[in-house]
Amino acid sequence: MFGFGVLKGMSVTLWNFILSYVYPKKGITTVQYPEQKKEVEERFRNFPFLVYEGAPDNMRCVACDICSKECPPKCIYIIPEKDAQGRVQKKPATFDIDYAICMNCGICEEVCPFDAIFMDHEYELAEYERLSSLLYHKEDLLKPVEHFAKIRPTDYGRIEATRAAKGVKGRAQPVAGAPPKPAETQQSPPATS
Amino acid sequence: METSESIFVVIKKAILGFFHGFLPDWTVVIISILISVTAIVIFGPVTMMFLTWLERKVVGRIQNRYGPNRAGIFGLLQPIADGVKMLTKEDIVPRAADKVTHFLAPVIVVIPALLVFSVLPFGRGMAAVNLNVGLLFFLAVSTMSTIAIFMGSWGSRNKFSLLGGMRAVAQMVSYEIPMVMSVVPVILVTGSLSMVSIVEAQLGGKWFVLTPWGFFGAIVFFLCGVAEVNRTPFDLPEGESEIIAGFHTEYSGMKFALFYMAEFMSAFAIAGLTATLFFGGWDGPLLPSWLWFLVKSYAMIFIMIWFRGTLPRFRIDQLMGFAWKLLLPFALLNIFVAALWQMLPAPKNLIVSGIAEAVILVIVFFASRKDSPKKRTYVFAD
Repeated sequence: MFGFGVLKGMSVTLWNFILSYVYPKKGITTVQYPEQKKEVEERFRNFPFLVYEGAPDNMRCVACDICSKECPPKCIYIIPEKDAQGRVQKKPATFDIDYAICMNCGICEEVCPFDAIFMDHEYELAEYERLSSLLYHKEDLLKPVEHFAKIRPTDYGRIEATRAAKGVKGRAQPVAGAPPKPAETQQSPPATS
Repeated sequence: METSESIFVVIKKAILGFFHGFLPDWTVVIISILISVTAIVIFGPVTMMFLTWLERKVVGRIQNRYGPNRAGIFGLLQPIADGVKMLTKEDIVPRAADKVTHFLAPVIVVIPALLVFSVLPFGRGMAAVNLNVGLLFFLAVSTMSTIAIFMGSWGSRNKFSLLGGMRAVAQMVSYEIPMVMSVVPVILVTGSLSMVSIVEAQLGGKWFVLTPWGFFGAIVFFLCGVAEVNRTPFDLPEGESEIIAGFHTEYSGMKFALFYMAEFMSAFAIAGLTATLFFGGWDGPLLPSWLWFLVKSYAMIFIMIWFRGTLPRFRIDQLMGFAWKLLLPFALLNIFVAALWQMLPAPKNLIVSGIAEAVILVIVFFASRKDSPKKRTYVFAD
């Protein structure tokens, strides 16, 4: 009958109103963001980071430049390290990712033959400045492999199993407490921007 | 109890007594008027600020969220933040606009919204002016906002504004009639147009809403009042999904804020008038009279916000059909029922008028339904 639909709708909204006070868990569906945060899913991907084992010097990346070539928006920039004779080392001297350009596709992670680059869960990346603040250098990108194990345990287990099957142990494990070449590599790479 | 009851009256008397000591009598009269005017001019905008906050909170709760809760405790400073934003915004006047009309419209729209507060009895002895034609004054002045709205829409030189203004005029003129007709029973029974005497006729819990004619009269009056102040579901003049913002499309900054203020103050005035006419005004036990008035008014305001959180907008034919085919005949026949109630002796009148009300309700309902337009069939569209 005419009018009863209105009353029905009004009762629904009134119930929502009351429920939001007496049982907020069900009555309120919003998350109060800066104070509360939703757990991100394990497969959530945002921006890439570089993996190291043990010490930041002992990174998996060998500066093969595959990710840089595959990157669709071309946001990765790599210069391999060279020794005193000018021979190319299996190690990047410069590894920059421009987060302002990165489109979170995850292709770098897929193509990397050394399991050195993975997508991170970090999403609070707002900056006041547009260009240089979002250009992440090697030291900003490096994170321990334990971080990867923490944020994506399933992928970590699978990748470590394949690595063990292939016999890859990473590169030479650092001696505990004594990082190999501290003085040379700890210094920041030359500015590229 | 006694001091809280008349605290505002006592304060006013104290101020007047202070000035009476060294000023001539005629200045004291002027000061007395000024005090009342100041109280209303402060009360109106403060109520409006609180109402914006309340509306956002309640609608938020209805939609399973908190509403504003960042500025101050419970977001209570949100209206002030909005006010600062409004004041600092650029004031844009369209090049082709009628400058004078465009400027005057938001000024004029606030005047009736403030004027109507002068006759509302906020508590025992707390009506600013006890006009003997208070109700007529209220209805006449509140209609004036139609002119301001049409001025704004016409002066903007904007098609959407004009459409909104046309809708506003059509709607307000239509709803004015059942609104006045639904008030007639109250005048009929109390025999007075003064708001103060109307409240005094309901003292001791004899609220008109508890009578058959008063109950349906209150519903008709309240619905017409909601339509009169352009609130959802009757907000066609500013239906943002159809005509951008209706009559205030071309207004920004403080001018827009004035339109907004007038709308909320009128909403409160309508709520207060509904409480006064049908819910016994400031009559009530235990609490001081002015608090009772505020409680009843805010209950009405809550219903308005509840409507807004629930109902979608009317279509224009539904809007007009609702006013002319349902509310108007019902309000007219309601006068007859009220007359029955008034003429018959006490125990009999409840039964007779109750039956009459029910019969009228059924007749009007079916009669209005029969004439509703049939579903259109699109012959050439298929």
